[in-house]
Amino acid sequence: MTTSRNGTANDTPDASPDSGGHGYSGVPRWLYLPAAVGALFVMLPLAAMLAKVNWSQFIPLVTSAASLDALGLSLRTSAASTVVCLVFGVPLAMVLARRPFRGQRLLRAFVLLPLVLPPVVGGIALLYTFGRQGLLGKTLELAGIQIAFSTTAVVLAQAFVALPFLVVSLEGALRTAGKRYEAVAATLGAGPTTVLRRVTLPLVMPGLASGAVLSFARSLGEFGATLTFAGSLQGVTRTLPLEIYLEREADADAAVALSLLLVAVAVAVVGLSYRKPGRQVAA
Amino acid sequence: MRNAFRKAAALLAAGALAAGIAGCAGKPGPANSPADGNASVARALSGTVTVYAAASLKETFTELASAFEAAHPGTKVMLNFAGSSDLATQISQGAPADVFASADTRNMARLSDASLLDGGPRNFATNVLEIAVPRANPASVSSFADLPKPGVKVVVCAPQVPCGAAAEKVEKATGTTLKPVSEESSVTDVLGKVSSGEADAGLVYVTDVKTAGDKVKGIPFTEAAQAVNTYPIGTVGSSKNKDLARAFIELVTGSEGRKVLADAGFGAP
Amino acid sequence: MTFRMTARVHGRLEARFTVAPGETVAVLGPNGAGKSTLLAVAAGLLKPDAGSVRLGDKVLFERDGGKHGWVPPHLRGVALLAQEPLLFPHLSVLDNVAFAPRSAGQRRATSRETARRWLAEVDALDLAGRRPGQLSGGQAQRVAVARALAAEPELLLLDEPMAALDIHAAPQLRRMLKRVLAGRSAVIVTHDVLDALLLADRIVVLEKGRIVEEGPVREVLGRPRSAFAAGLAGLNLLAGTVTAGGLLVSGPGDAGGQAVSGTSDGEALAGEPGVAAFPPSAVSVFPELPHGSPRNCLPVVITDLEPHAGGIRVRAGELAADITPAASAELGLEPGMAVYFVVKSAEVQVYAA
Repeated sequence: MTTSRNGTANDTPDASPDSGGHGYSGVPRWLYLPAAVGALFVMLPLAAMLAKVNWSQFIPLVTSAASLDALGLSLRTSAASTVVCLVFGVPLAMVLARRPFRGQRLLRAFVLLPLVLPPVVGGIALLYTFGRQGLLGKTLELAGIQIAFSTTAVVLAQAFVALPFLVVSLEGALRTAGKRYEAVAATLGAGPTTVLRRVTLPLVMPGLASGAVLSFARSLGEFGATLTFAGSLQGVTRTLPLEIYLEREADADAAVALSLLLVAVAVAVVGLSYRKPGRQVAA
Repeated sequence: MRNAFRKAAALLAAGALAAGIAGCAGKPGPANSPADGNASVARALSGTVTVYAAASLKETFTELASAFEAAHPGTKVMLNFAGSSDLATQISQGAPADVFASADTRNMARLSDASLLDGGPRNFATNVLEIAVPRANPASVSSFADLPKPGVKVVVCAPQVPCGAAAEKVEKATGTTLKPVSEESSVTDVLGKVSSGEADAGLVYVTDVKTAGDKVKGIPFTEAAQAVNTYPIGTVGSSKNKDLARAFIELVTGSEGRKVLADAGFGAP
Repeated sequence: MTFRMTARVHGRLEARFTVAPGETVAVLGPNGAGKSTLLAVAAGLLKPDAGSVRLGDKVLFERDGGKHGWVPPHLRGVALLAQEPLLFPHLSVLDNVAFAPRSAGQRRATSRETARRWLAEVDALDLAGRRPGQLSGGQAQRVAVARALAAEPELLLLDEPMAALDIHAAPQLRRMLKRVLAGRSAVIVTHDVLDALLLADRIVVLEKGRIVEEGPVREVLGRPRSAFAAGLAGLNLLAGTVTAGGLLVSGPGDAGGQAVSGTSDGEALAGEPGVAAFPPSAVSVFPELPHGSPRNCLPVVITDLEPHAGGIRVRAGELAADITPAASAELGLEPGMAVYFVVKSAEVQVYAA
């Protein structure tokens, strides 16, 4: 994630793209063809969707009460699930990156599992955990907490699938940053919490930020686990992807218009805040 | 752009079908020669008939397809199950279907309005709503009137899908307002919530309750008569094997079809 | 406060090490000798397998039989200055130096005052507002020194602080360190004999995790007992057994089995292990065995010729001779040639190993 951070910045020539001249790129020319195909593969379907948009109806379709409810709900739940990911993902990444222990590989594998798991499976698993008949659900219900069919369920489903993005991104940044700064900070009298707050987190801030953005984006697109676990009710659990899925049954134009809206929001979030890997804020 | 897109979609669909045939049959089916085109002689029927049917017909049509193949050696029935609106969309985009069986008249009308059918569709079954409750019936639901009671978690289909439209119709006709905790996009999702015990009751079709087996219990209610859903079936206009298609429709609408459908909970049209 | 440590780190270190109050100890040794391990144990960044570490009355580490003790790095009062400055890139120079006072509980404004004082101490007050990325290597290391001093450590550890600096920045930093280390308890790991000479009171030579030699700088460099220390001191060193008039050289080298006569310090007793040391400048090179002089003649094979301080250094295995270029040309010296290294007995010091 980050390049060398030693203080002797003048020892190496500045290879940043902002400086003048053209460095040797090392990209064979034939590579551009598959690269272009790859880019087209991603962009063409989006363009095809764009071509299908019924522009005369676009504004009314995306500003209907149901659409705005869905968009608002998506943004709110994604923000909440990103916070959940930060609260639990940062400590998880720290533990995975900094302290070797028995079963660490296994723990990492489990944390990363939602990356490869079909979201529906995640939804089913959550159902059996937090559902009314689930492992924790019965206890929670006795305590007066009902998660099923609530916005909380949406946030849980999103956090479940988004957490690995934050953990992977941050663990990588932590490993790249190394422990040397932390060691120096400790010998300067800073306790572990101070080191975390004043040294570790600022150092990995770019990785943390991109991890958070990825988590938010993944939450925004979450569908399968939400559908399985949270249900679908306007303003409560029907996020934008669920609204799109539903509209597809009835009104293809509305589905396309909403899809475009979701793409636009995702592009805005990812494009504006995702930092290019390898760049850093400081130094 | 738009044209190119359509062409690409058609190409993709054709490719997928070709791959499907090769994958399923293993060897090319008997040639569909024009000389065999005598519909009145059942023995002369041969070739493959592709049936696009609503997802709720999966069990019944699978059974009927086997019966059809047994009755007409040398024929093969390819079944494609999905939501009626998805299937109608695919057929209007040129998907190679011979028969279309819809779970509602609206999607069938989409095809007949666009003159994509050969002749008029025929109604072959009806379906009505039933209350599905978890086997233990924790909320002690016994009638439609129990559903709006506070504390009863009811799950229905969204109005955009047929089962939801039917539920809305019943609500309107009886002057009841349900406060569902979720409006799902499909029957499967409603049944899932009920069978897992998340919801106390759900409104689905009689046939869905039958299909779900003993995970859920069905409670018929008289108000359901306010929204009878009719299943039409028709031959697709672009079909290359209309005789076979008609023969299959005969089976579905005939006495054998009626029996299989009735066993599954469908009503007569 | 006296720092005492006895530590065993499996395969890396097995040493007993002491720093007296106000004393600066230079730790020297070849790569991989365990120097950095020693610092890591002292700083609390590495727990030894066994041993104890004490600073004054405070037990920093103890694992000896049933006794267990451990003080984490931030509570030790031991600061570490690494080879690289490792300034926190997200903080200004001033806030880097203010880091330790802040961590010790000072308010922001007070900690910055403290930081300014230490920056002034290392002549870097003008850098206070900069970012670490805007500093040269020498400037950054000066700031790192200020940052370590601002922690007011009871023991300061320096791990090759000059190694990453260019040839012009090193002397300046060394002068500054000489000033600030005066009167402080410090340990400096280095490769450079100059650091030891200028900064240290005492030298410890580590080899393969063990201390092979230690003592006051003057004594270790003047009368080295290990090959590594002799190399630092620029002396030829032969090890063997003390005899009445000198040393019987042991070992498989060119001089193995030779008797060398020299001046004994009188403490070396015959029959005990000892070493013979002599400077390369005292060695003459002869193509054939010279006759009739009371001198030591060592038959050797030349391995290398290299320029050295305006002359030529002739290397033959572990031994070296310094001669003039003219002499070298006259003799037609080249690697592989068999010659005699000749040194007067008066130039050879023999002492106990």
